[in-house]
Amino acid sequence: MSRTETEPNLGPDGQDLRSRVEQALLDVQDPEIPALSIVDLGMVNSMRCENGRVTVSLTPTFLGCPALAIIQHQVERRLRQVEGIHSVEVEFVFTPPWTTERISPVGREKLREFGIAPPPCVLASAQLAKPACPYCGSEETRLENLFGPTACRSLYYCEHCRQPFEAMKPV
Amino acid sequence: MAPVVSKPAEVALHPGYREVVVQFLTELADDELTLGHRDSEWLGLAPDIEGDIAFSSIAQDEVGHAAFCFDRIAELTGQEADVLAFARSAAERRNARLLERENGDWAETIVRHYLYDTFDRLRLQALVESSYRPLAEGAVKMLREEYYHRLHMQTVLARLGRGGEARERVERALYALADEVGSLFAGSLQDARLTDLRILRASGNDIASAWCEQVAAELEDWGLPVPAGLRTVRPAADGRTVHGAALQQLLSEMAEVYHTDPQATW
Repeated sequence: MSRTETEPNLGPDGQDLRSRVEQALLDVQDPEIPALSIVDLGMVNSMRCENGRVTVSLTPTFLGCPALAIIQHQVERRLRQVEGIHSVEVEFVFTPPWTTERISPVGREKLREFGIAPPPCVLASAQLAKPACPYCGSEETRLENLFGPTACRSLYYCEHCRQPFEAMKPV
Repeated sequence: MAPVVSKPAEVALHPGYREVVVQFLTELADDELTLGHRDSEWLGLAPDIEGDIAFSSIAQDEVGHAAFCFDRIAELTGQEADVLAFARSAAERRNARLLERENGDWAETIVRHYLYDTFDRLRLQALVESSYRPLAEGAVKMLREEYYHRLHMQTVLARLGRGGEARERVERALYALADEVGSLFAGSLQDARLTDLRILRASGNDIASAWCEQVAAELEDWGLPVPAGLRTVRPAADGRTVHGAALQQLLSEMAEVYHTDPQATW
């Protein structure tokens, strides 16, 4: 949660409330990849708490992501359960844009465990770097299809362990 | 001094700005929605599973981009995005006529998408520095997603172009579509106010010549013929205002559910 803003109007136990909200956001999963929270994904752009009212600004991963409404609903529902919070507002912001570089190191590890090769940390200039196999770690992989079961994934095949796998597209 | 408009409410400060940006957003939205719907028609029918999967994601991206543009129009005019998407008649649509055509065969679908994606990339690149900041922000995002569409079409087109019946069909499609590509460059791209107001940072003519050059070079790389209409494109004056029966068919199918109950909340 390094991107959260500092909130000048915190009451005496403001920091506690803030931590509870941050903790609660870790429970909100990506509906398409439940292993990851929206915090791991780098979708939480900022968060403001004021007098029991919290505003969370989220950065959409893909503009047409069908999961956005579900995520919004889940954030609202989860944060309303936080003690000291009585109203929740979720807004979507487009600047700075979400990129796969925003996925946290923890998020990358969870992706790999889930069987999806994480995207490279830094985008090479328009070059599509081949991901290592999430199962055996081999670099001997080949692209099968740029598109996969969701808009954000591609399909690869590992020549070493002969396992097809998914990789998150670098965007 | 050209304006910079950071928020929808600020358009009121610049005479004429709203009209020009709404017109242009309508073309962007209608292009993406029309093609996105045509893409979705391949679901379950594409000749291979990879194509099927790709077109479902691409359709979703295109419709998502259209929704983004309709939301930006709604901020400026107070209209509703769903009404803009589903309730307007064919006469009010501003998509390029090229995009409403029925899909034709697989080769024609791939060729059209490649031609459009190459155009769309140039148009989006000219929007990244747009004076209309809400649109510039979306363009950055769309460019990153569209990268994969074009890469996919290039890969498939190069493969289809290798020979046999596939290549014959690609050639047929190139000649058939060459007559319609002028519609992409119609409308706002011919309106000097769009660049005067710095909404778009390249003129329609610049975009057209960059497009022709790139398309010709790539087709030649794949050993494919370059029809004269792709080498030099002439903007079709009525390319975004006069529509065919294909658009009517598309709209009645796309909006069929919407029209059963326009007031429904989804």
